[in-house]
Amino acid sequence: MIQENKNQIDTYRRKLLGGGAALAAAVTLGPGVLFTSVARAKADDEAVTSEVRWGFLIDTNKCADNCDKCVTACNDEHNLTGFGRPETDAQWIRTVTLRDKKSGHTTKLPMMCQHCANPPCVDVCPTGASFKRPDGIVLVDKHICIGCRYCMMACPYKARSFVHETITNQKEYSPRGKGTVESCTLCVHRIDNGEIPACAEACPEKAILFGNLNDANSDIAKRMTAEASTEIRGDLRLDLGVRYQGI
Amino acid sequence: MKGKSNKQQRLWLAAVACVLFSTLFSIVATAGAPRPDIPDAIKGEQCVEDTDFMRRNHMDLLLHQRDETVHKGIRTKKHSLKECFTCHVVKDKDNKPLTVSSPKHFCRECHDYAAVSIDCFQCHTSIPSNKEMGGGKTKGSMRGGL
Amino acid sequence: MKPITFREISGNSKGYYGLLAVLGLMVAAGLGSAFYMEHNGHWVTGMNNQIVWGIPHVFAVFLIIAASGALNVASIASVFGKTAYKPLAPLSALMALALLTGGLMVLVLDLGRPDRMIVAMTYYNFKSIFAWNMILYNGFFAIVGVYLLTMLNRKLNKYSHTAGFFAFIWRLALTMGTGSIFGFIVAREYYDAAIMAPMFIVMSFSFGLAFFLIALLATYKWTGREIGSYIVARLQRLQGLFVASVLLFVIIFHMANLYATQHHGVESFILEGNNVYSGLFWIGYMLLGTLFPLAICYAPAFRGSIGWTAAAAVMVIAGGLSQMYMIIIGGQAFPMEMFPGKEVSSSFYDGVVATYTPSAPEISLGLGGVAIAFVTLMIAIKILRFLPLSLANEKTNPHHASQD
Repeated sequence: MIQENKNQIDTYRRKLLGGGAALAAAVTLGPGVLFTSVARAKADDEAVTSEVRWGFLIDTNKCADNCDKCVTACNDEHNLTGFGRPETDAQWIRTVTLRDKKSGHTTKLPMMCQHCANPPCVDVCPTGASFKRPDGIVLVDKHICIGCRYCMMACPYKARSFVHETITNQKEYSPRGKGTVESCTLCVHRIDNGEIPACAEACPEKAILFGNLNDANSDIAKRMTAEASTEIRGDLRLDLGVRYQGI
Repeated sequence: MKGKSNKQQRLWLAAVACVLFSTLFSIVATAGAPRPDIPDAIKGEQCVEDTDFMRRNHMDLLLHQRDETVHKGIRTKKHSLKECFTCHVVKDKDNKPLTVSSPKHFCRECHDYAAVSIDCFQCHTSIPSNKEMGGGKTKGSMRGGL
Repeated sequence: MKPITFREISGNSKGYYGLLAVLGLMVAAGLGSAFYMEHNGHWVTGMNNQIVWGIPHVFAVFLIIAASGALNVASIASVFGKTAYKPLAPLSALMALALLTGGLMVLVLDLGRPDRMIVAMTYYNFKSIFAWNMILYNGFFAIVGVYLLTMLNRKLNKYSHTAGFFAFIWRLALTMGTGSIFGFIVAREYYDAAIMAPMFIVMSFSFGLAFFLIALLATYKWTGREIGSYIVARLQRLQGLFVASVLLFVIIFHMANLYATQHHGVESFILEGNNVYSGLFWIGYMLLGTLFPLAICYAPAFRGSIGWTAAAAVMVIAGGLSQMYMIIIGGQAFPMEMFPGKEVSSSFYDGVVATYTPSAPEISLGLGGVAIAFVTLMIAIKILRFLPLSLANEKTNPHHASQD
């Protein structure tokens, strides 16, 4: 069923070139397909453009207490097997518990790379290995990463991990290697394939909404217009791709 | 004066020794090293480009494709690393693909012979996934209904 | 003033070879450690995903800024025309190159992928302070190299003022760049301060001169060459001035932080915490690295004393290393405040002070960097004429001649 929709979307967007394609697809097909239309597939030979900006809207009110399904989904997807050394093991996504110092009110939220529009990690990277794709996904080009860890010093969200040991059995779509820095890729391999990121897919409460922030008709953009949401460390004016509700 | 000629003599000796040694070494090397036993590709006869061209230029194609994929999201298969080791997969007795840790791996056959180290597989896997091997669905796939 | 004669040191003594052997072993141990770390991956070090820069960076940054500071004596002679320092200028430039070699060796060998140095040299992101620094470090080698040439080659002597001027400007840029590596980090509370850049410049003056003093005084003592109290006293007072300047910057830095309520957390962590960083600040930096050397450098009783001046220099280096450790490790150990007003906990050490225990290989790599600087120095002064035969008062004191 979803597969069918996806193919339809492909047909539409190939007919209607340019940025209007996704919008047209969403309008034409109606609300039933919005969930997949946000993650429209692009042709393999087509370069990504800045017409889309991918992001998450995370509703912390829905984030259940003892749930870490987003974390395990991410670990499975990218084969982030730990070595039993929590200080050096990679974590692309983690759950963070906040407790208000005065009221004692607690909140739980998943934390990952916030895919800033103005990423400090990209600013500081000496070789340009840390970069932002036109569609807003912040990535590490591990081919030119020299492992200096300056990006880890500069990231305000502790989003990045350094690979501290030799890695084997990588997934073919998620290369990882000793001596380079890595972080949440927003499951770029899935997005390019028209699928949504693993954590968003795995969340049983649908607390992680994925979509195109640049498309006024996307679910995520509509929700952000209708409801309050906030950026973590908004004072830094980094223009984040990930927004939170309920904090 | 005498010291200088001594020095010159020593230099000459060293040079002669170097030439002798390297000649001997190359004779031994060419005689002793087995020619690479290049395994056949599993799909068809012809590589994505002319074989001679591939032998000389595969690294440039890979480098170009790598930048296109990582930075622009272009995921055509033709010149991708994944396509290399999918087509040129080598399997063991149990029909399991051999990783680059085996000297029989397609890439290693020539790279070992030419003594050129490969950096790709420190990060990339060197074997195709089950799905690409035609093994049907990957166990524990995250792909849901897609 | 009498003419100065420069001569190689004979370097045939048991002491010379013994010291060279010890330093050589340290270099070998450092290289071995680097190989061990790269082979296994960084999990064998004390560094982790919280403390991403460790002891190697403490040594590397320390040596790099000391390198530019070591050039001071030459700058004072060539750029500011103080003739008393002129005989020391070649050694000063050599020391600068040697220390930078050591610092860069440590920095590069700690990289996750040191085999990709060619990438670092061919791909540049010009918004990165680090990329700028790579150009500044390489340029420093070239410019100081040329400067050294103009001093050593008599025919080129006339250019030494110009070369020295460029080297002086370049070294200021280099230290400012190194300070900005930390000063421009908005994410971490302890770093986000532009004062880091000038503070690193002043720190480089102090640490560089301390290294220079140790090399100079040890060489003259061990080779039996004469060094007069006149030049020692001048250098001693200069060291005191630099130590005091660093103290001034440190005070401004902390005062500014203490004024803003927002920074009280990190300030009390560094200044009055029950942790190693507070200890390093008060005992390492303040007492050993500042107050003692100040007393030695300015007390009349120690004026011109070779032993005490050397002792002060060693203290400055110990204090400087403490200060660098406190800045680099302490700044990372303090948790980043992502959620003001909340207690934060997670599996990734959010909201807790990060722990760091330096491992033997890391320390060995850092010491290897120091060792290679001194090995370079020892070999260079044996094969080239860097050092005046005598630095006796009548050779160095411009007013001495009038007394004859």
